Amino acid sequence: MSISAILTAVAVVGGVGLFLGLFLGVASIVFKVEVDEREEAVLAALPGNNCGGCGFPGCSGLAAAVVKGEAPVNACPVGGEAVGRTIASIMGVEAGETVRMTAFVKCAGDCAKTTQNYEYTGVADCSMVGYVPDGGAKSCNHGCLGYGNCVKACPFDAIHIQNGIAVVDREKCKACGKCIAACPKALIELIPYAAKSVVACSSRDKGPVTMKACQSGCIGCSLCVKVCPVGAITVEDFHAHIDQSKCTGCGACREKCPKKAIMEL
Amino acid sequence: MLEVVKDLFVLMISSSLVSNVVLSQFLGLCPFLGVSKKVNTAVGMGGAVIFVITIASGVTAVIYRFVLVPFDITYLQTIVFILVIAALVQFVEMFLKKYVPSLYQALGVYLPLITTNCAVLGIALTNVQKEYGIGFSIVSGFSTAVGFLIAIVILAGIREKIAYNDIPESFRGMPIVLITAGLMAIAFCGFSGLL
Repeated sequence: MSISAILTAVAVVGGVGLFLGLFLGVASIVFKVEVDEREEAVLAALPGNNCGGCGFPGCSGLAAAVVKGEAPVNACPVGGEAVGRTIASIMGVEAGETVRMTAFVKCAGDCAKTTQNYEYTGVADCSMVGYVPDGGAKSCNHGCLGYGNCVKACPFDAIHIQNGIAVVDREKCKACGKCIAACPKALIELIPYAAKSVVACSSRDKGPVTMKACQSGCIGCSLCVKVCPVGAITVEDFHAHIDQSKCTGCGACREKCPKKAIMEL
Repeated sequence: MLEVVKDLFVLMISSSLVSNVVLSQFLGLCPFLGVSKKVNTAVGMGGAVIFVITIASGVTAVIYRFVLVPFDITYLQTIVFILVIAALVQFVEMFLKKYVPSLYQALGVYLPLITTNCAVLGIALTNVQKEYGIGFSIVSGFSTAVGFLIAIVILAGIREKIAYNDIPESFRGMPIVLITAGLMAIAFCGFSGLL
């Protein structure tokens, strides 16, 4: 191959490259889309998981909404307080107090505490199990089915099936709410990270039914209501509920609960 | 005139069905397997591919005829075509972002991903190999991309159904998808008697 052939090749490919480069450079100026500077800054401050936990389609969706004033500056549940404050300083407003929340699975009926009424060998998917007789093989009709729809939904690897029930890793949980939407039994709830006492049961059955189904089910005996010094507990449909805004975490209810359905986190 | 129309029609049938880009030429398998979980996204990807391949076929044909052939450096076609396709996808993205934001939103990440779709380059090179003119190149590109759309939408439809089947553990995930794609390829062999 002669030297001129090499030079031609270099010149032509280089020329094409140069032309395309210039063409794209000009195009990027001509087709420039005006973006609010603050929107880019807000987007940079957000975690970038695009989890949708805020209710907007991805982080860029939230950034646009924050700049338009359609979303509060601390709307990102993943970033929490730190990101909220950064965005507040970009937007020039005060961020309100944010309480760190984590997901909690209101069921403690693991394999040791519940039994299987029959052997289920169908599709391993919680929402499918809901269609089989008696709402799945588990002795309790209200509890965690353990097929892990929440595990698949979690973008942060913060929820796992342990001994037949879903358990949240509270250090990893970012409270995005994906698992709450994924659970067909509506067992998962957001509670403050600081919460001490929780009712680890969702059974609405009468006491004797629950007692038969699970060793640690809430039977609605109301002993906790009487013992609570701040009146944070109510019993409705044979099921105790703790108002976390009132709870001081003293532990009196945990002591008193005969089924140990109220647990310490 | 009638002859040309007939040739174009045969070209369209052959490149979209008979020698389907995915199922008999095995080009563009990455998006074919990667973006075929849902029919909606598959249609989005297919649409974006049609858009880019049609334009890329035309532009590469022009470059080949008016730049590479006169300078006698057709052996550099691959590298030049890659350059042109990458720049073209960038340009299309900028253009859509400015003038058709709704389409830009709908195509989303699939648009830049097309740069790495080997079907685009494959068709550009095939056009050169078969010595098509500019017009035929564009038609060939368009109908090949339509073939890609057909294949990816069918696979996505099958995969949506497969999700609820009781598949043996060792076949779950990608293996069953590859087997499905293989069976589809066999089924598409049936078109070979068409022309």
